[in-house]
Amino acid sequence: MIDQLQRIGRGALDRLAATGRSGQMLLQSLFVPPAPKEMLPLLIKQLHFVGVLSLVIILVSGLFIGMVLGLQGYTILVDYGSEQAVGQMVALSLVRELAPVVTALLFAGRAGSAVTAEIGLMKATEQLASYEMIGVDPMRRIIAPRLWAGFISLPILTMIFAVVGIWGGSLVAVDWLGIYSGSFWANMQASVDFSTDVLNGIVKSLVFGFVVIWISVFQGYDAIPTSEGISKATTRTVVYSSLAVLGLDFILTAMMFGEI
Amino acid sequence: MQMRTLEIGVGALILAGVISLVTLAINVSGLSLTDRAGGYTIYARFENIGGLTERAKVSLSGVQIGEVSAIRIDSRMLMADVEMRIFSEVDYLSIDSSAQILTAGLLGEKYIGITPGFEEETLKEGSRIEDTQSALVLEELIGKFLFNKVSE
Amino acid sequence: MSNTDSQTHIEVRNLIFSRSGRPIFRDLSLSVERGKITAIMGPSGTGKTTLLKLIGGQLQPESGQIIVDDLDVHKLNRKWLFHLRARMGMLFQSGALFTDMSVFENVAFPLRVHTDLDDELVRDLVLMKLNAVGLRGAAELMPSELSGGMARRAALARAIALDPDILMYDEPFAGQDPIAMGVLIKLIRQLNQALGHTSIIVSHDINETLSIADYVYLIADGTLLAQGTPDELVNQQDPQVRQFLHGEADGPVPFHFPAPDLAEQLLRGGQ
Repeated sequence: MIDQLQRIGRGALDRLAATGRSGQMLLQSLFVPPAPKEMLPLLIKQLHFVGVLSLVIILVSGLFIGMVLGLQGYTILVDYGSEQAVGQMVALSLVRELAPVVTALLFAGRAGSAVTAEIGLMKATEQLASYEMIGVDPMRRIIAPRLWAGFISLPILTMIFAVVGIWGGSLVAVDWLGIYSGSFWANMQASVDFSTDVLNGIVKSLVFGFVVIWISVFQGYDAIPTSEGISKATTRTVVYSSLAVLGLDFILTAMMFGEI
Repeated sequence: MQMRTLEIGVGALILAGVISLVTLAINVSGLSLTDRAGGYTIYARFENIGGLTERAKVSLSGVQIGEVSAIRIDSRMLMADVEMRIFSEVDYLSIDSSAQILTAGLLGEKYIGITPGFEEETLKEGSRIEDTQSALVLEELIGKFLFNKVSE
Repeated sequence: MSNTDSQTHIEVRNLIFSRSGRPIFRDLSLSVERGKITAIMGPSGTGKTTLLKLIGGQLQPESGQIIVDDLDVHKLNRKWLFHLRARMGMLFQSGALFTDMSVFENVAFPLRVHTDLDDELVRDLVLMKLNAVGLRGAAELMPSELSGGMARRAALARAIALDPDILMYDEPFAGQDPIAMGVLIKLIRQLNQALGHTSIIVSHDINETLSIADYVYLIADGTLLAQGTPDELVNQQDPQVRQFLHGEADGPVPFHFPAPDLAEQLLRGGQ
């Protein structure tokens, strides 16, 4: 009994210490005087690794999710005789919820886990220590470009996801099920508001991007440098990121649309 | 050499992001690039606005000419007072125009339809439309229908 | 550099360090002479690599000091620590080449970071360093294309890129085939003679290390067990020193991890 309590207590303290370390890492890597000349090539490399290489999965998922939304929306709305509203439904659910959330989840699985594994392996092969011994701060050289790349690319990927999804929805609803394209788009435009819907979706994706890449980088940096440690860290990245995204999504939605 | 392919890839990603944002703004949310901040404000009182919201369309012959900017209650007359912003290029609405609260489709959203009148004088900043017709409220409609049935 | 006439380059004073509750160094003191090859030896798990990380300022001791060139490593601020590290080279056990750069870029990296030399000069310097370790022909290969021994030589070229005052080798011979080992021994000795830097070798490969070291420290249980020139050590009579240097399985360091008596444990059954 006491043992159990002790274990819970130790676990909680470990978590708290890890949170502290992750905050320290964030401060050390983000709040350093920027050196654009050396930073830019590194950032481009990471944007490519984190962003461009995630593009295919984002495009394909976005397209299919949009098509499914179009199909499901149509079958439900046709019962009420308001199948023209399918455009509105597809666009709102994508822009407000699905694009930020699904993109962030895919991003955690595709890019986040890769970043964790890469940094963990760098730690295991003493590359991070090596940078330090050469006199280069690994926070600036390794951590900072990855953080920025994730923070920048997730909102971009989210917008691409939303656009592709809406296009997929119109493909099904207009080209396949034969809804008049004018009412499809007009309904959508009448109900989607740029600042409340689109901008709030982008704000969500900014928050998600920040959290997911922070978790990914920290798990790699804090990994136990063995093959088992790295595999555990990679798993933790995906699990923690997914939970954080879904939890934050509720909080953000309540704040943005809940009128609390 | 290899750096260059990376740069091109990242450039394409950012370009795709910008195009997506513009598409979301214009095609999806119908944001028009023309300046809507301008325009003039007119008012109308309705007995019942039945679900009309701020930012609802104001249209003339089905074409949008402005939007509802505020809705408040007129405590003296106990009616809803609707404030509308009309685009400045629409400067030909006669003073005796009438306003009606309409529904887009059976379950669609409420909007205001303006029917022009015949006077020479036009609506200006702060003018008030006197001739209004409230929203159709389904319960009232059904109530009337039943009442008529009973009285027959 | 303020103290070039002094013979002592690095001094470790009363070092105490423990990791997750387990003591690693209990009051360790030793000194390293300038320009010599000093070996630090001991059984695995005695924290030899940890000692190098402490010297490089990557870890903080619980108490005690490490003095390099009259500077207390752990009292320096970040900027000065990085200055000091620019004068230290370290060869990591795994080589620790940056896997996203070619061999050439790896060796050029310290030069690009710490100097403003133009590209031409950097190129010449890198090729000279690579030539010194016999890998000039492998300049354009990626680290993943190198064998273990070649990777370590490339890492050595990177470690000497800035002509450091101190070069630290972490288990340079571990996991190398005899030929690669021979090459590394030759290289370490040659480089030490040619460049005149202070070398510290951390290893448990006895014969190879004894063959090149000028002075040897033997660490066990967190303290100094023995010290001396290789000849003095080999002739030591202390049983623990003899056990380590001659590779006897059982002795003062027992073969068995501490455990209850075997017969007793078997008789007790599954309880």
